[in-house]
Amino acid sequence: METALSATVGIFFAVAIYLMLSKHIIRILLGVAIFGNAVNLTIFTAGRVMREVPPIIPEALIAPDAATANPLPQALILTAIVISFSFFAFLLVLAFRAYQELGSDDTDTMRVAEPESEDLPPLGY
Amino acid sequence: MAADGHWLTFLVLMLPFAGAAVAPFLVRSFGHNAAWLLALIPAFMFYHFTGFLSSVANGETVAAGYSWIPSLGVDFSWYIDGLSLTFALLITGIGALIVLYSGGYLKGHPHLGRFFSFILMFMGAMQGLVLADGFLTLFVFWELTSITSFLLIGFDHVREASRRAALQALIVTGLGGLSLLAGLLLIWNMTGLGSMSALLEAEGALREAPLYLAALLLVLGGAFTKSAQFPFHFWLPNAMEAPTPVSAYLHSATMVKAGVYLVMRLNPVMGDTVAWETILPVFGGTTLIVGTLLAVRQTDLKLMLAYTTVSSLGLLIMLTGFGSEKAAEAAVLYLVAHSMFKGALFMVAGGIDHETGTRDITKLGGIGRAMPITFAAAVLAAISMGGLPPFFGFLAKEEIYAGLWQGSGWSGLITLVAIVGNALMFAVGFAVALKPFTGPKVETPKHAHEGPILLWLGPLVLGLGGLLTALASPLSHRFISNPMASAVVGEPVEISISVVPHVGLPLLLSVMTIALGITAYLALARGREIMAGTLRTIGWGPDLGFDQAIGGTVRISSTVTRVVQSGRLDYYMTATFIALALALFVPMILFGELPALPDFPSLRFYEWTVLAIAFIGLGAVLHARDRLTAIVSLGIQGFAVALLFMLLGAPDLSFTQFMVETLSVVILALVMTRLRLSPTDHRPTGEKAGDIAIAAVCGATLGLMLLRVTQIPFDDTLSAFFAENSRAIAHGRNIVNVIIVDFRGLDTLGEIAVVMIAGLAILALVRIRAGKPADARKGGG
Repeated sequence: METALSATVGIFFAVAIYLMLSKHIIRILLGVAIFGNAVNLTIFTAGRVMREVPPIIPEALIAPDAATANPLPQALILTAIVISFSFFAFLLVLAFRAYQELGSDDTDTMRVAEPESEDLPPLGY
Repeated sequence: MAADGHWLTFLVLMLPFAGAAVAPFLVRSFGHNAAWLLALIPAFMFYHFTGFLSSVANGETVAAGYSWIPSLGVDFSWYIDGLSLTFALLITGIGALIVLYSGGYLKGHPHLGRFFSFILMFMGAMQGLVLADGFLTLFVFWELTSITSFLLIGFDHVREASRRAALQALIVTGLGGLSLLAGLLLIWNMTGLGSMSALLEAEGALREAPLYLAALLLVLGGAFTKSAQFPFHFWLPNAMEAPTPVSAYLHSATMVKAGVYLVMRLNPVMGDTVAWETILPVFGGTTLIVGTLLAVRQTDLKLMLAYTTVSSLGLLIMLTGFGSEKAAEAAVLYLVAHSMFKGALFMVAGGIDHETGTRDITKLGGIGRAMPITFAAAVLAAISMGGLPPFFGFLAKEEIYAGLWQGSGWSGLITLVAIVGNALMFAVGFAVALKPFTGPKVETPKHAHEGPILLWLGPLVLGLGGLLTALASPLSHRFISNPMASAVVGEPVEISISVVPHVGLPLLLSVMTIALGITAYLALARGREIMAGTLRTIGWGPDLGFDQAIGGTVRISSTVTRVVQSGRLDYYMTATFIALALALFVPMILFGELPALPDFPSLRFYEWTVLAIAFIGLGAVLHARDRLTAIVSLGIQGFAVALLFMLLGAPDLSFTQFMVETLSVVILALVMTRLRLSPTDHRPTGEKAGDIAIAAVCGATLGLMLLRVTQIPFDDTLSAFFAENSRAIAHGRNIVNVIIVDFRGLDTLGEIAVVMIAGLAILALVRIRAGKPADARKGGG
């Protein structure tokens, strides 16, 4: 199972990175969304996987009596999903506003922060 | 290591820094008269060190200290012998006079308190430098002198010339300091000895070490920059931008002698080799001649003195490296004499500047009647500088010639260099001391009259010092010269020279020097023109070179910045992911951490199906030609991941993932209606292939890494802890939920904060139409 998931994670990352290497902001955003899933799957797989046994303690017991899925990565990912979603939403709006202001969604032409030609810094003391 | 009773020396080492802390407050209360109080600090230090005189004169040394970084074998330690004691006495003695002088010179200056702070800090640093035993102690104080010198040169920071001079001094001496550090560490590494006292005991260890030459060059890199040896001399005249007390103290009497101190300190363990006796005289002699020639060129009193200081430092290095016992003794005598007469002359120049408003020697004349005490101090100092009896400078000069002339060609050449240098220094010294005071009266910007006691006390005491130490030469030799010379030579020596001239070759050479000096003095105006013409012809100098180097550095860095930070996002992304691939892949191969070949995964049918759906979603995102397809495909891969979580025992994750993916798709659909998704891939084929390669390698590497991780045994300590304690401690059956809200509750709080801030930021982005009111009306509805 881990083998298959590792391969899946690899493919997720490859697709995400390919999209993020694009110059069009919308493709980059799609890449970021997929990247988030890839990272979550990585954490999930690294904690080892087990089928169909959620980490829940039976009513009568104080601790689980049989092996369950690893709860720790699940807790981490739960946090990660929410944060990556807020991040994604922020990026999305930022991209949209940038497009409105600059009239372009091509990252090559969005150069407000680092303009094309900059003067030499002053040479005095 | 620390013996009782040494705490007082430690206290004295720290005292100037304490003084620096209180100086501004004292100035606020007492104005410039705080100088009298602050001068008590160096005076007390001077008194403390005089207590060592008799024991050091008997050949004893004091090595003490405290453990500083025991794990690295680093001590804060000091070493008092003839050499460091003489330096300490000069630093504290002249320091007291300088503090007084500063009070008079900068009277009423708004930053007088700051100035006293800086000068006391410098005093502490310089004192620490000469007393330091451990290499690191030495280095720390060495750098502290560079930093305080920077602060003092740049004291008048509103002028660009000041700032440039300060930066120049810091860069030149700072680079030298790094070279010194490397040299000291190399010595430490080769010999295993980390302190001067240990090194001096193991005399032959360093000279026979394999990397002796490298260590020598590195250490000299520090000494030559600090002591302004050619071609690093240029920072010293520029440092004259500092207020005159600084020039008198740092840049003639003390700091610039740090390099000479270092060379003298190492003479017993590094000297007596061909390299030592070649490099030092050659650089020292060149500096001597270049310095005096440039001094002739100047018309500014301070600059004339500054260049003669450069040449004096050259003379000291030349004498120390010459190799004969007498030459080393001469270096000792000259160093003491120079500290006194040059400090005095600088203070005289400052006094003239202060009272007349100019330091230009061509615009001064006949003020001797108005400033008799300053005139007297100047003449006393100049006689010592010129090497006339019965002054200490005379003793030094006799000893120089006695030490240098050995009848051979090499010693003849060096002697000739010394004669020419001394004669020119004689001329410049007397020009500074006589020209402004004698001759017809010249109108000066301010009406000249004698300055207050604070201004003439220092130069007068130092001028008289040159006379008294010579007249009482048996005493000054016993307590000062002999112990110091013994430390420089490495074995006990006895200096016998006195003010009574002995007929012999040294006296003849002295007379020659004086005759030559008088000729040069009379022809000084002519010589100045010749030198000015020569320098114009040469045009380029190290000072200009410094500007070019700094300008070049700025240009190179801005070019590099422009290449590295091109301002294009896809470059940054490409570089980031190439670096990521290399960082993960190369170590995996180098350390043989590639995963073992796994068995073909045995998945159930529906698991394969879910994976297939995910891949189809991914592929569709890649190939989407219109917005809707892209959004829906993104949703498909997200839901597939949610299903995967569901199948693998993570219902909470699955539920959250479903919600988040749904929300993402909705928001994306809202926003993307305004954004263009280019119908075809915009990238040219070559670029596309490159991007595919980078993405594929990154994906493969990350996949391999994950596979490798899953192949090593799993440590489930943490997971087991949560399983054990979820119900027992936190009373919850759903372990994941318990972790989130209880065990790692603070994390969740942080997460909520992130979501909230992101929400606020989004709101702000949507609401604010920066500087575009027309747009706001259009888009706001």
